[in-house]
Amino acid sequence: MTIDPIHQFQIQNFVPLFSIGRHQIYFTNSALFMLIIVLLVSALLIGATAPRAMVPGRLQSVAEMSYEFVANMLRSSAGTEGMRFFPFVFSLFMFVLVANMIGLIPYSFTVTSQLIITASLALLVFVIVVGYGFWRNGLHFLNLFVPKGVPIYILPAIVVIEILSFLSRPISHSVRLFANMLAGHITLQVFAGFIIMLAGFGILGWFGAALPLILVIMLTALEFLVAFLQAYVFAILTCIYLNDAIHPGH
Amino acid sequence: MDPTAAKYIGAGIACIGMGGAGAGVGIIFGSYLAAALRNPSAAQGQFGNLIFGFAVTEALGIFSLLIALLLLFGL
Repeated sequence: MTIDPIHQFQIQNFVPLFSIGRHQIYFTNSALFMLIIVLLVSALLIGATAPRAMVPGRLQSVAEMSYEFVANMLRSSAGTEGMRFFPFVFSLFMFVLVANMIGLIPYSFTVTSQLIITASLALLVFVIVVGYGFWRNGLHFLNLFVPKGVPIYILPAIVVIEILSFLSRPISHSVRLFANMLAGHITLQVFAGFIIMLAGFGILGWFGAALPLILVIMLTALEFLVAFLQAYVFAILTCIYLNDAIHPGH
Repeated sequence: MDPTAAKYIGAGIACIGMGGAGAGVGIIFGSYLAAALRNPSAAQGQFGNLIFGFAVTEALGIFSLLIALLLLFGL
């Protein structure tokens, strides 16, 4: 019996939409799940805050808590001026969080386990940081690469390192989320495969299969933690990068 | 050497990098716990930093796991 842990990440083409040049564009399972995520987040936030009760109910509390959570995160890392980016950071956080959570439902599709999706999000952040940094600070934005209080003879090396680390940000930003999701789902799949393999050995195997079953349950709990954590990390890194665009001096 | 064998050996070697990430994550949580026990009232305020440091360190281990997975399934 062979396990194919990569199969779950396959893109399936559902409906052909249109073609660009000779390339056919399809409505894929990835697009379907992104649509579901956006609808779910919108329904949650619009529906929950519609009553505008003084004493919030459960759903309204969820909406208010997530709002407060992201607002505090952004305010503490990018200052009050960073709050103009609140809608952007909040949508990013909710999208990634719900995408990660939906991906943990069996037989569903994890949008954030596709590198192209996370890379698009990370590049969007990168472009906004560079664009806003230059628009707001002009050439002073380049101060970001010249830390203060560094001896002049090692400054050239520091500047090169700073530029390289700035340019590698979108890579690490996107690969972190993508690889975490990919590795987590593959681990779950491999351990679930152990259950099937052991159960194939008859009665004795059934008892043996209980061990990986417990492990899979614990791993699923861990994956829920990771799903939240990676959404949080994605959002807080966005806040930190935005802070660089707003206050480029070190 | 048989290319398939080399691939599997490479995947195994790539996973060594995860040991470093393991040590790093251990240092982060150990230091946090040590500091939190000294001054429990300040511990809550540093939780965000803890998670941030954990995620940044853990990502490096994930990168080497990614290389191993690419060797096994991708290439």
